[in-house]
Amino acid sequence: MGDCFGLYVHVPFCKSKCPYCDFYSVVDCGQSAGYLDDLEIEMQLCPRYPGAFDSLYVGGGTPSVLASRVLVRLLDKLRARFFADTPAENIEISLEINPSDVDDRLLDALQEARVNRLSLGVQSFDNDVLSRLGRRHDGRGAITGIEAIRKAGFASLGLDLMYNLPGSKPDAWRRTLEMALSHAPEHLSCYALTISPHTRFGRMQLDGRLAKPREDQCADEYMLACRLCADFGYDHYEVSNFARNRHHRSRHNQKYWQRIPSLGLGPAAHSFDGRRRFWNPANLQIYRNRIRESRYPRSGIESIDSDQARIETVALGLRTSRGVALDLLKTMSGFSEKLAKKLTQEGLADVDGDLWRPTERGMLVADGIAKLFL
Amino acid sequence: MNKRNFSIVAHIDHGKSTLADRMIQHSGLVDAREFRDQLLDDMDIERERGITIKSNTVTLPHTTPDGQKFELNLIDTPGHVDFTYEVSRALAACEGVLLLVDASQGVEAQTLAHLYSALEHDLVIIPVINKVDLPAADVDMVKEQIERDLGLDPEDALLCSAKTGQGVDAIFSAIVKRIPPPKGDAKAPLAALVFDACYDPFRGTVVSFRVFNGALRNKQTIRFMANRTKHIVEEVGVFRLKRQPTSALQAGDVGYLIAGIKTVSDVSIGDTITLEEQPAEKPWPGFKEVKPVVFSSIYPIANDDYPGLVDALERYKLNDASLVYQKDSSVALGQGFRCGFLGLLHLEIVQERLEREFNQSIIMTMPSVVYRFKLKDGQDIEVDNPSHYPDPLQIATSLEPYIKATILIPERYMGAVMQLCLERRGENSSFSYPTPGRIQVHFDMPLAEVVFDFYDKLKSVTQGYGSFDYELIGYRPSDLVKLDILVNSEPVDALATMVHKERARMRAVQICDRLKEEIPRQMFKIAIQGAVGAAIIARSTISPFRKDVTAKCYGGDITRKRKLLEKQKKGKKRMKMVGNVQIPQSAFVSVLKTDKE
Repeated sequence: MGDCFGLYVHVPFCKSKCPYCDFYSVVDCGQSAGYLDDLEIEMQLCPRYPGAFDSLYVGGGTPSVLASRVLVRLLDKLRARFFADTPAENIEISLEINPSDVDDRLLDALQEARVNRLSLGVQSFDNDVLSRLGRRHDGRGAITGIEAIRKAGFASLGLDLMYNLPGSKPDAWRRTLEMALSHAPEHLSCYALTISPHTRFGRMQLDGRLAKPREDQCADEYMLACRLCADFGYDHYEVSNFARNRHHRSRHNQKYWQRIPSLGLGPAAHSFDGRRRFWNPANLQIYRNRIRESRYPRSGIESIDSDQARIETVALGLRTSRGVALDLLKTMSGFSEKLAKKLTQEGLADVDGDLWRPTERGMLVADGIAKLFL
Repeated sequence: MNKRNFSIVAHIDHGKSTLADRMIQHSGLVDAREFRDQLLDDMDIERERGITIKSNTVTLPHTTPDGQKFELNLIDTPGHVDFTYEVSRALAACEGVLLLVDASQGVEAQTLAHLYSALEHDLVIIPVINKVDLPAADVDMVKEQIERDLGLDPEDALLCSAKTGQGVDAIFSAIVKRIPPPKGDAKAPLAALVFDACYDPFRGTVVSFRVFNGALRNKQTIRFMANRTKHIVEEVGVFRLKRQPTSALQAGDVGYLIAGIKTVSDVSIGDTITLEEQPAEKPWPGFKEVKPVVFSSIYPIANDDYPGLVDALERYKLNDASLVYQKDSSVALGQGFRCGFLGLLHLEIVQERLEREFNQSIIMTMPSVVYRFKLKDGQDIEVDNPSHYPDPLQIATSLEPYIKATILIPERYMGAVMQLCLERRGENSSFSYPTPGRIQVHFDMPLAEVVFDFYDKLKSVTQGYGSFDYELIGYRPSDLVKLDILVNSEPVDALATMVHKERARMRAVQICDRLKEEIPRQMFKIAIQGAVGAAIIARSTISPFRKDVTAKCYGGDITRKRKLLEKQKKGKKRMKMVGNVQIPQSAFVSVLKTDKE
């Protein structure tokens, strides 16, 4: 993986808006016409990164709502523009896919386009949960999707699951996890439902139509995921991410956590060049207008000074099993040997050589630990 | 020139400042355009709270209908029980007072206290019923109270509305007719009474005084008899709305002097000014040294704000001689100051002014009174700071200051007030029924019980109808302990208090509960304990949080996360660390707050 850069492409279209999701997307998929052209222009306008890329992540939105030939052409263009110097077998290409969009033609096209990681938005196998989450598929559909992907021969399948749902049946999460694990996915992301005020769930919570998640439920369900995944030998390498083994970790996402530069294309995409973070407007129309005036659509930029970089390194490192270099941690103003010792005594972290690593319980309070060290 | 010296005294909120403003306006000293409500209260906080903290004096010109010209010196007085001594010195400078009573509220505890004070100084008392324009005004009831509670002739009472100006002219006439002109011998050696001092950044201390005998001119050398200091007078003058220099002041006059005096602390209220060359035989009676009765420590919230606090206190002190302070330090809160106040209101005023006018973010510790201990080795010591609490084994006797509380309430609140006073260790109660339906209650109570939220409690149990006044009556034996508060077994020195043994457990439970509410859950379990010596008498536990992490953190989330952390890092400056526990400022403040109902 070295220090090659990562490339992210945002596909801001969805067939329907899930009530919990606060990623930027528009529901009118008709607007996706011409999006490939927009991205092509942005590829020309975006800053040059001084080196090679070795990961591509197509996320959304719902990338799988694009026609398969559009996706194939997009991937070809990206490859030509960013990956010309990287041997094909060394490129990690991930794509998010919705279970209801899975069909053989799409899968064949993605195979042909050398997509080697599919991230399937399963969320749950429980029909009740799925309908509350506003998903287009049911439990059966999720399984069919998994089987089709397996049959198509993708080397790496990742499943996205969601827990911490207010009012869900006590067993629902366990059954979803067990079902997911029974398919032996190479990768598993388990996200605690987080309610953002700008979403439908956020508004429902404000009106009292949706109960607030309970911290104990959240922690119990997290620990259950840790336990079951451990039973199946999974590598819990980030708060919400498990890999069947280290090789199946998401190379692309690890770049974010290790502060390796990445470039984002499309509305709302964020970039980091090692010194600065910058981002595109979270609005398709504004993005398009700028692109069509041949202006790079950047809407915000910030320079990261060394103190800020340190805060990022610590905060991000504490989310991962890799942890943070002890030497760096010791430079934080909140650090004391006594505090570090207390955290290890409480079972929230371990010292491993020159690294300070959170335990699974520790990862669940990573933000709190970061705060202590500030 | 004909002169009259008078004050207005009233229970809080009965309209003293409004009447003063209206009189200033009626005297023609200021035109309507310039008129600003409550001219005399020139501090923001006074205008906001509607109370006078620092008194101002003003000379009102007045012409009677038959053409006689008068100068009426209105000596304003601070309107709170903490400043009783300052009030008494202002009254000593007068020949009469307007005793103002709110037409809807009637006579209150401070009305009585002011009456007694005025009688003590042998002043002519003009009862004035204010706010007669209010729909709730009940003039007959108030007249009855004036007769029965105050023992004054209700026929003498004037009716007015300071708000509308109704009846103000009659007040001017009454001042001229009923209050005698000042007496004094202008040829005798100078004797002038200091009743106020304030600080002018360009001129130094401006001393307000009343001349009883003799005369004072510029360039004379004066002596403060109690302070034994000498100064050369640079300027004497009278108070209009601004200072107006004159050539001399003589017996009967009220005015000011400037004499290169650096701070107000170099002058004592109640001191006598005389001339160095021809001194008065003896000082004017009534001087006493004012000692603080309530102590609390002030700490900056962020340790690096300490120099700012030093500077703020120095500047504050320029204008408030009654605040005393000395360095203090706390393991939990770092460097700060132990401050002495005249009372709880004084403490609150200092706190608010430091925060508002001097931009200080401060934490104040639990107020304490001054306890006395007789030690087994025969020593007598005074302790106002829990960190100086003597070794319990060495204590032979402990003593605490007592007050005589006067509470005036409508009869229906008798039960609630009795209960409150008994809870606060009140004893030797006595009652009188001056007017039907009203009770005057007296209790001897420990000052410590009043310092802590008593007044708020009284207001709440009497739905605002109870009024309260007190005077210190000396020390009585007590059974004291030091209550420590431990957070994860570490004592938080700033939360330690000295309390009566019987009150220790309740207080400890209260503090533990408050802290439990105010300290946010943290990474570790937090045990909060109240302890007397080695005995734990109260405890509460804050369970650690189990989840404190966002589920997703990808490219677009990092900026937001870092900004949040940066903000939290700043917020940490406002947190105090005790061991590994972050204690927010609000927690220190919460233990001082009154009980929730």
